[in-house]
Amino acid sequence: MPKPVIVVDNVSIMFNLHSEKIDNMKEYFIKLVTRKLHFNEFWALTDVSFTVEQGERLGVLGFNGAGKSTLLKVIAGVMKPTKGSIAVSGVIAPLLELGAGFDMNYSGKENIFLYGATMGYSRKYIESKYESIIEFSELRDFIDVPVKNYSSGMRARLGFAIATAVEPQILILDEVLSVGDAKFRVKSEAKIKSMFDKGVTVIFVSHNTDQVRRLCSKAILLEKGKITARGTAAEVCDIYDELVKKK
Amino acid sequence: MLKKYFKNFYKYRFLLQEIVRKNIKLQYRDSVLGILWTFLQPLLTTIILVIVFGRVFGRSDDGVVNYPIYLLCGRLIYEFYSQATKRAMRSVTGSASVIKKVYVPKYIYPLANIISMFVTFLISLSVLVCMMAYFMIFTDSQLRLTIFTPLFIVPVLIALLLCVGVGMILSVLAVFFKDIEYLYDVFCMLLFYITPIFYQLGQLKLPKAFNMMLMANPLYSIVSMFRSCVLFGEMWNWNWFWYSLGFSLLMILIGMALFYKKQDKFILYL
Repeated sequence: MPKPVIVVDNVSIMFNLHSEKIDNMKEYFIKLVTRKLHFNEFWALTDVSFTVEQGERLGVLGFNGAGKSTLLKVIAGVMKPTKGSIAVSGVIAPLLELGAGFDMNYSGKENIFLYGATMGYSRKYIESKYESIIEFSELRDFIDVPVKNYSSGMRARLGFAIATAVEPQILILDEVLSVGDAKFRVKSEAKIKSMFDKGVTVIFVSHNTDQVRRLCSKAILLEKGKITARGTAAEVCDIYDELVKKK
Repeated sequence: MLKKYFKNFYKYRFLLQEIVRKNIKLQYRDSVLGILWTFLQPLLTTIILVIVFGRVFGRSDDGVVNYPIYLLCGRLIYEFYSQATKRAMRSVTGSASVIKKVYVPKYIYPLANIISMFVTFLISLSVLVCMMAYFMIFTDSQLRLTIFTPLFIVPVLIALLLCVGVGMILSVLAVFFKDIEYLYDVFCMLLFYITPIFYQLGQLKLPKAFNMMLMANPLYSIVSMFRSCVLFGEMWNWNWFWYSLGFSLLMILIGMALFYKKQDKFILYL
């Protein structure tokens, strides 16, 4: 009986959209005193519940603004839900934007260790993975160059190489497989498929229903912060394709 | 619950190491003078201060023993405090891109920045060592090394605690109020003048109430303790110790409370 690795329980997230963004003390004080502190509630997610079991691959579909990235951020622990709870067991490697943990002035090699530490790994562990990271990213000649001089494709390759080398239990992919040239896309898909065989749990956000059908077993459809469909990847992709046609 | 925080901190101890390492490396990487500057800057600024204020405040019969060393003690501590807290203040907002994508315990940023500035401070203490050696060998000054001299480490550690506390508080405030950075820059400038760095408190001949207000500055206690050990070679006044220690620990508690209450909201403002 596979154990649930991610449990999302009635999660709702509310953002305050101020009519004007207040970010200094003088304005805050004035508005407080003159009673003009308006709060405009925006519910990005409402009562979202689902579970993901170990080794499952869940696709998350939805139009822009449906709440997909917000959902991923909550699962990754970057945001706390306003209501409800999330339980996650295992190390998460979030590929929410490749190279997010990089420092631009640091070289590629130094950033490998920094990024690894950001996910909680020791220097020794990263050293053991160092060779495979260099090989996968094909950046051996540039590894001592500061990352600010890398092209975006190089940064993507490096970020992807590190995140997949550390063998996370849960992989979160936010449309990242659409980054990079065709050669890189083929390589990254192949790498992800090999991780499936090792039993990695995956949450995959995409607009590309072909990829979702190929890579995922289950899927959910988000519309305006609520789950409107859930089922096998094929079923939900069909519903999504229908919605796209209607627009 | 506190145990959960310790476990979390333990898990991210590598990140703390890496960020400290990075700050120190990058500080010197592209500069020409590099590490030499950490040594030159206090030396040069002290020389300027001696020239400007030496006549007025630095007569050695005023009990100052040695004016350049008197200056340097205050200046080094002040410089550490002001640079460390300013960097800590900017550390969370500066790491917005990481915090928005990956979960990291956010107090790591001010903490790491203060530790790396502390390392820089320890390097700058070498200026003090050199200057004291110069005066003790080449002039007949009243400077002497006693058993109390090595106790300088105590005010140094209290200064570290103070920076951690204030740095944490400032870094949280900076997330929500952008103008705190400007306000604090001005505040540090004021602090330079109200801390007895280039003068002695007694020389100002202020009414008792003002004296009390100036003594409420924790840097006054820390610098006084530091001077006791290094300049005068005597034991410090224990009031200074308890006051500055208590103040610093209070700042740390407030900083931790602020982080605990507000860190979940950071992402909405970064």
